Amino acid sequence: MSATELAVEGLTLTAGAHHLVRDVSLTARPGEVIGLVGPNGSGKSSLLRAVYRVLRPDTGCVRVNGADAWSLPVRRLARTLAAVVQESGAGIDLTVREVVAMGRTPHKRLLDGDTAEDARLIGAALEAVDAAGLAGRSFDRLSGGERQRVLIARALAQQPSLLVLDEPTNHLDIRHQLDVLGILRRLPATVLVALHDLNLAAYYCDRLYVLRAGEVIASGTPAEVLTPYLLAEVYGVTAEVAVHPRTGAPQVTFLPGEPTAAIRPVAPPPHRPAQEGSGGTSPLPEEPGGSSR
Amino acid sequence: MTDTVRNAPATGTGPGRKSGEGGARRVSFAMVLAALGILLLVSATAGMAIGSVHVPPGEVWRIVTHALGADWSAPVPSRAHETIVLKVRAPRVALGAVTGAGLAVVGTAMQALVRNPLAEPYLLGVSSGASLGAVVVIVFGVSLLGPVSLSAAAFAGALLTLLLVYTTARAGGRITSARLVLSGVAVASVLTAVMDLLLLTTGRGNEARAVLAWTLGGLGGVQWGTLWLPGAALLLGTVVLVVQARSLNLLLAGEEAATTMGLDVARFRARMFVLLSLVTGVLVAAAGPIGFVGLILPHIVRLFVGGDHRRVLPTAALAGAVFLIWADVAARTVAAPMEIPVGVLTALCGGPFFLWLMRRDARRDADRGVG
Repeated sequence: MSATELAVEGLTLTAGAHHLVRDVSLTARPGEVIGLVGPNGSGKSSLLRAVYRVLRPDTGCVRVNGADAWSLPVRRLARTLAAVVQESGAGIDLTVREVVAMGRTPHKRLLDGDTAEDARLIGAALEAVDAAGLAGRSFDRLSGGERQRVLIARALAQQPSLLVLDEPTNHLDIRHQLDVLGILRRLPATVLVALHDLNLAAYYCDRLYVLRAGEVIASGTPAEVLTPYLLAEVYGVTAEVAVHPRTGAPQVTFLPGEPTAAIRPVAPPPHRPAQEGSGGTSPLPEEPGGSSR
Repeated sequence: MTDTVRNAPATGTGPGRKSGEGGARRVSFAMVLAALGILLLVSATAGMAIGSVHVPPGEVWRIVTHALGADWSAPVPSRAHETIVLKVRAPRVALGAVTGAGLAVVGTAMQALVRNPLAEPYLLGVSSGASLGAVVVIVFGVSLLGPVSLSAAAFAGALLTLLLVYTTARAGGRITSARLVLSGVAVASVLTAVMDLLLLTTGRGNEARAVLAWTLGGLGGVQWGTLWLPGAALLLGTVVLVVQARSLNLLLAGEEAATTMGLDVARFRARMFVLLSLVTGVLVAAAGPIGFVGLILPHIVRLFVGGDHRRVLPTAALAGAVFLIWADVAARTVAAPMEIPVGVLTALCGGPFFLWLMRRDARRDADRGVG
């Protein structure tokens, strides 16, 4: 499975008269891990829902390897793209293994049975999220964190070359947050992930897009994007940003109090429109996965 | 942190192993099917043996095998017994099996399609819609489609009701149990009222009484000649649903998740609604609205074979057949010589089950809120 290129072009999503996302463009080159950050309600989930083909764009489009996602048959897209979404089940209980096995569905014809290869992929996916011991358990009775890991395993069993995740580290303790992001980092797939934690985003993502009120207001490498100015602007907080001596990634420290003029540089936040960005104007940061080990 | 990922607990299944730990908790699927198959034969025999005139099981078998043309089977001693078994009880048992199987299969699929464990054709008012359709045909005497008019009208009534209840209950992409059951109950009472009104105001008094009895659900008086339609509907419904079992599984994950795993949810649900309404309509036209079979059986079956529809659907079909055969035996015998409508009996079992299920789900939600 070779990685997939994702391009969101001039995407606008509305709900009634309200704009969820306005004229957003974004690219993810094959194999990149792209982080989506921004306050609650900034449109991260809506943008992701358009990418995984649940929310139909009002204008603009989502291209997966150049093809308009909405013109592809659902099943064909599902063989390329997997998603970890925030949604509850149907109140009918399944075992963890049955849940993960669902991920194999897009690769199956109507009457295909489960093969040894399916079983192997399901087992490997469960092991990757440290959930092999849960296989026979009832999914409904898992803790929030366990459930989240199982859903990630389901997405892995789908063997996607483009993986979209909506806050996958929610409900996870710190060790499993690191584990999950480490898995995403090592996947041969392209990854688009919405994250709350800016330090994790800085460490694990190649590039970040910052959303506010449905618009991209900054994009680029974590070092380019995560500045005190931008954090004050987007989140309304005072923060210091330093380069961590060991990881080499930007490290954000939040400080109490309203942001003051002193920490606001005069320069506007950097924003490279996606079309230019794909030319690779600035070198990617040192592979975060490599520097620490 | 890379390495910790690999330290999977030793209890985990190796990648190559086949069906997983689930097998230990659950009985083997083939065993369940075989056991239910045997149970179905036993039940059918009992259904033909038990009644106001007792026919010994051995004689039932001789009569049946003889009728099927087995040469080795000795001629039947009693003509009267032969008539009772072949003309009265056998078609009745067959209709019971077909109806029970069909309702269980429809209930299973409906629970996945509306993503709610309390869904069932009777509770959602779909059976009432089918009944009203059938009653309209009877009262106004329209029979455009000849012998299948009744079933066609019941199908139309079922489909319209299902769509109405579903759109009423659905808000913001989510269906809560409360809204689903409430709109089902509300729609059902309106439909039943319209039906009663039609029956009471129609001039044909005797006919109305017969229809009123039919609306309580019963298997009596069925003849071989009318059985082909319910049989065909059951076969069609079961085959299509089993073929689509993976898609039904996906719906359990949620609509968005199902989409990301390759299911065109809206189109699939529309097709399935038509299919379920067809099966329900035909069954209701044949046996009247029989409640709760589609609610009880899927849940019991899942305890044994898990939630995968590839297993649940065939198992539920067999179990539903067994269940309704016995319910009908009880309906014929508990108050003999009077016969109780079998729908009354299934409601007696199903009502408490429904309440238990509701409380269990409420507890589960509460647990989850805390955790």
